[in-house]
Amino acid sequence: MYGLGILKGLGVTIKHFAATYIEDFKQGMKHYTDEERFAIRQGVEARGLFTVQYPEEKLAVPERFRYMPFLVVNDADHPDAPGQPWCTSCGICSKVCPPQCIWIVRCTDPETGRPKPEPREFYIDIDICMNCGFCAEFCPFDAIKMDHDYEISSYDRSSAHIYDLEKLSKPLSYWQTIAPTRAEEERLAREAKEAAKAGKVQG
Amino acid sequence: MFQETENTMSTPSSDVTANDVTDVLFRKFPNAIQPDEREGYSGIIVSPDHLVEVAQSIRDDLRHDLLTSLSYVDYIDEGYFEVVYHAYDTRKGGPAFNFKARVPRDEAVLPSLTGVWLSANLQEREAWDLMGIRFTGHPNLKRLLTWEGFEGHPLRKDWREPFYEEEKKPFKSRWPEGHAERAENRLPYGMNVQYPPEFTPDGWVPEGDAAIYEALGAPTTDSGISLHHIKTDQLIVNMGPQHPSTHGVFRMAVTLDGETITRLEPVVGYLHRNHEKIGERNTYLGNMPFTDRLDYICSMSNNLAYALTVEKMIGQEVPERAELLRILVLELTRIINHFWLIGFLLNDLGAFFTPALYMIMERELILDLFEALSGSRMMCNYMRFGGVAYDLPSYVGGPAVKPGDKARYLDTMQFIKDLVYDRLPKATDQIDTFLTQNEVLVSRCKGVGILPTDLAIACGMTGPVLRASGVAYDIRRSDPYSIYNELDFDVAVRYNGDTYDRYLIRLDEIRQSLRILEQIIPRLEATEGQEYWAGKRGHTIRVPKGEHYGHADNPKGELGFYIVSDGTANPYRYHIRAPSLINITALEAMCQGLKVADSVVILGSLDIVLGELDR
Repeated sequence: MYGLGILKGLGVTIKHFAATYIEDFKQGMKHYTDEERFAIRQGVEARGLFTVQYPEEKLAVPERFRYMPFLVVNDADHPDAPGQPWCTSCGICSKVCPPQCIWIVRCTDPETGRPKPEPREFYIDIDICMNCGFCAEFCPFDAIKMDHDYEISSYDRSSAHIYDLEKLSKPLSYWQTIAPTRAEEERLAREAKEAAKAGKVQG
Repeated sequence: MFQETENTMSTPSSDVTANDVTDVLFRKFPNAIQPDEREGYSGIIVSPDHLVEVAQSIRDDLRHDLLTSLSYVDYIDEGYFEVVYHAYDTRKGGPAFNFKARVPRDEAVLPSLTGVWLSANLQEREAWDLMGIRFTGHPNLKRLLTWEGFEGHPLRKDWREPFYEEEKKPFKSRWPEGHAERAENRLPYGMNVQYPPEFTPDGWVPEGDAAIYEALGAPTTDSGISLHHIKTDQLIVNMGPQHPSTHGVFRMAVTLDGETITRLEPVVGYLHRNHEKIGERNTYLGNMPFTDRLDYICSMSNNLAYALTVEKMIGQEVPERAELLRILVLELTRIINHFWLIGFLLNDLGAFFTPALYMIMERELILDLFEALSGSRMMCNYMRFGGVAYDLPSYVGGPAVKPGDKARYLDTMQFIKDLVYDRLPKATDQIDTFLTQNEVLVSRCKGVGILPTDLAIACGMTGPVLRASGVAYDIRRSDPYSIYNELDFDVAVRYNGDTYDRYLIRLDEIRQSLRILEQIIPRLEATEGQEYWAGKRGHTIRVPKGEHYGHADNPKGELGFYIVSDGTANPYRYHIRAPSLINITALEAMCQGLKVADSVVILGSLDIVLGELDR
């Protein structure tokens, strides 16, 4: 019969249309307020309405999410050097950066004139950054990490889009919040490395 | 409708084949060809005078009937350009046969191969545009990607771009004295809104359009279509570059007789950014995130094709776990791409966004997995030389940090299993019920835009478009890479070559991809915790001198990378064979004599992405 295909297709549309109401009926308001229901609504069992009501609701981004780098600095309650950046200004990130958006001025000791392992200036041109994550991936000191803050719009692109050391610096505790599993893995790896080093010295 | 292809037909050792085929040629053209004996190079060098005859012989005697790639290299120190052709055998499969021709830099003229392979058409135009090699006998040799008033040929080694800093990255100005400077401040014309001194934007007439219309030919009344004595004029209509049906900034200049298309010329290059020049400045690893931006729907597949090419050049082995992870993401990417295509094909047919959103919903779940796995939904940057960047994460979703954040902790393996065993097969069946028998779709697609087998091969079509025209040519089978030779799947083939078959073959391929994924999941579970990235994991790799053409069967067709290394950390030549570009070669032939509305559907079924087409 001509038109049967269209009718069958419309059946699919009606199923999709009805699914939202069926879920609403089954779950009530819990469907939209409950945290656990959200994971189901945005998971493989999702039926019906699939929209995330941004900005009231936001999909939490995964730990590996990468959006603009930031520099890890010591927490404010660090006993020796609060706010000290972990960066040693070795320059690996600026060399590995594919679009070359990282600019670093290395610190030199005013007395000896020798390079000091910390950055005097550190810039990232976020207009150029392509969020590839190589800087964080190849940093040997865990000093640069990819941020999760994707809401960074500003009013003036000509002055606000080169991030400097101050704007880039974020405490270690921030990294531990946005990527708890990875931060813990990295801490263990660092400790293992230290232990191996200490073992070598003693041996 | 599948054609069984046996696993055994694949991978004859490349040396044996190369010798066999060259023997025939050496006997036939003893004076015209010589083997390429440079270290790290292969193939033969043909003298330009005999290029056309040798090419014909390669097509007819050696049966290498598919010319996929035409690359061009500027050997500035030696003083010549080299044009490199790669031809494949669609019947037997196997590796490429590559032949080259050299021309002096100051007198770069070669005979055109458009008479032998139509697929040379757009690629020769590209070579003229970017390298300045003239092809005599080309029917329409004008610039392809840059505009007509463009000065110079950007891929020549002595041409420098406006933001030129140094020949090779990393730039010295970044460290240790890296005082940041906005790139925009260094623009040659100051701020963006300023123009060169004698330029008046109001009086400017783009010269290029006249040339395009000229190529279409003066509108004639003799189109061979009977109009029952109604007096009509032909007219030229520009579809695009800003038009929703062209899937990006793509323009079709069309000559119409009434509503019937008599001539059609694709006009491209609106998204051109000279990806290849950027690639030659970059380090090898630095190109990886740039490949994401080619076909941005399938960044994983682009990553793989590039990784395969470089791995082959440096002789890097890949551990099993990495191969499995690669195939997992590749086949999911294929599913994403085909869902996306079907959704937007229906958009072009007028079913505005209902099917597209159903498809995107499934895609969204796959992208959630990609995001948890690689850190980004679309610009995945996931492959590395010797493996992949990360192993599977323990959960899909993330912890709530910001106000309004909704946390999700979904077990990754369970998520993948639910997708592959349950959700995606159901979604595919749902498309089938929803669309396949739909009378509107059938009447708009069946018999529309027929691409005959011989034309498809001549035009260098690859991927699902070629397979829908009855050619069982799939690189995963004919020249297997990764671990595809261990996997059980069929090469989907359809035989009518019309838009309907191009729609159906995507459904077939989704089902085959699911079949592959079902074989991958148990092996992924068995290899848990194993190494996923072999080799040095360094950020700077040096590639031995030589050339290599690596290719993979992307959802859109054959994506190829032709890389020439001079032994340093940056590629000397980095050429991309973009399936989207070469697949539009046959667009005019497919649209001729049909209505305007059909051209939109045909273009939709060809599946182009402008990021890759314009590079």
